[in-house]
Amino acid sequence: MKGVVLGQYYPGDSLIHSLDPRVKIVSTFVFIISLFVVDNVPGYAVTALFLVSAVALSKVPVARLIKGLSGILVLMVFTAVFNLFLTPGEVVFSFYSLQITREGIIVTVKMLVRLVFLIMGSSLMTYTTTPSALADALESLMKPLKVVKVPVHEISMMISIALRFIPILAEEADIIIKAQKARCADFDTGSVIKRAKAMIPVLVPLFVSAFRRANDLAVAMEARCYRGGDNRTRMRPLTYCARDYRAYAVDAALLLGCILTRVIL
Amino acid sequence: MKEIIKTKNLGFDYIRRNENGEVESIARAIDGVDISIEPGEFVAVLGANGSGKSTLARHLNALLKPTEGTVWINGMDTRDEGKIWEIRRTAGMVFQNPDNQIIGQVVDEDVAFGPENLGVPAEELPGRVEESLKAAGIYEFRNSSPNNLSGGQKQRVSIAGVLAMHSSCIVLDEPTAMLDPLGRNDVIRAVRALNYVENITVILITHYMEETIYADRIYVMDGGKVAFSGTPREVYSRVEDLEKLRLTVPPVVRLSKFLRDSGLHIPADILTEDGLADAIAKEYNAGT
Repeated sequence: MKGVVLGQYYPGDSLIHSLDPRVKIVSTFVFIISLFVVDNVPGYAVTALFLVSAVALSKVPVARLIKGLSGILVLMVFTAVFNLFLTPGEVVFSFYSLQITREGIIVTVKMLVRLVFLIMGSSLMTYTTTPSALADALESLMKPLKVVKVPVHEISMMISIALRFIPILAEEADIIIKAQKARCADFDTGSVIKRAKAMIPVLVPLFVSAFRRANDLAVAMEARCYRGGDNRTRMRPLTYCARDYRAYAVDAALLLGCILTRVIL
Repeated sequence: MKEIIKTKNLGFDYIRRNENGEVESIARAIDGVDISIEPGEFVAVLGANGSGKSTLARHLNALLKPTEGTVWINGMDTRDEGKIWEIRRTAGMVFQNPDNQIIGQVVDEDVAFGPENLGVPAEELPGRVEESLKAAGIYEFRNSSPNNLSGGQKQRVSIAGVLAMHSSCIVLDEPTAMLDPLGRNDVIRAVRALNYVENITVILITHYMEETIYADRIYVMDGGKVAFSGTPREVYSRVEDLEKLRLTVPPVVRLSKFLRDSGLHIPADILTEDGLADAIAKEYNAGT
């Protein structure tokens, strides 16, 4: 468990890596919205062009992006089967009571393309942005919500601390499991319920330790003058530069292009 | 010179309450402690488990408020709520567990945490961080994840975190208790360098007597009270008293006492192996 890598950050210094994380989050959202705006071949071509150029600029190996799709394979199969067989329309193929329609095929292809693009687009963001940069960007993007009393800074601080402590707790869980195994605990055999029960002697000490750590950390943060987000400065404040504005312009063009394909064609 | 840390008749009770908020038991952790530390001093607080030394440490940073008596940090009373952040900035704190005090996911981000909280302007931060990392001897790891560092390195990151707040005083609460001997040496060496080079006041809380050798003064604590205090030479000559307080006396000190008791003229204030070797050589030459 040692050296657990959180998220799936792929280190690099490409143009996409160097973009402001806020730009990447916004772009990902714009891309997802565009995917659901488009409904014809030119539209899909526009989104595909955007995705392909982003991937090319990021220098993230395509194989990695494709590997990321394996997580949603089951979802893709379900989507395909349901759309294929349950869409009414002009029957092109049938056996027994099952029918495949022309409309069904079209809908299936569209849905699959959307899903694949969606996953590839959002994983491109996580491949090119560190988790801590994402937390910072979320804090900055959600700032307007402060008006309605959403504790934006606190949420971001919690995400950062969680990211810092997940590897530590994972390592600790590993140690506890080994300790319990040394005392003849059996985690690997028996029914699901039996195995779940076997985890109790692992989870209880892990929870106790997590609370103790939380307490220690809170004291340490207080000792280091932490008093919430007000009046706090940042060593690396997020600042937009020219390339970030250009990226926003590309986002706008993408959305506009997709709307146009829908309206005109 | 004006003391940077001063306590007068300091007392603290840990009060346990049951669910209804009624007092269940009161445990006296500190009782009538008077200490005074001058700027630039290296002071060690030595004591066995439960002697009240960690509770004392937490008073120096206003994490705990006295039940009775007063603590002044640079003239500021720790009970003064308005001065609490200035007190915490003045007396920075390093804790025992290296993992549970690092907040940042990258070393330099963590070092910047304190000054960020103080509202130090962004332009000034990288310089402060670099300076502190160098002073703590951990600059080469500035871009590492804390998870990839050893315990001793993590403690030095925490020390850098205090330095970055420009604290004039650093309180280390058993910083080496969870480290291996190598890491312990690194941390103590870093602390000594800060005291010597940067003239930062150091309060080192520990139960390892070896770590107190370089201190200007030692307070020995027992049962919440200061049992006795003095320079390392004075304190180390009281081997029986130290052992009565369940403290482990370093082998050199023990050996020199044994030799002295068996009739050799070994001075009572020898702290290092070289010093003992010299004294034995002198005694040997005098004998022949």
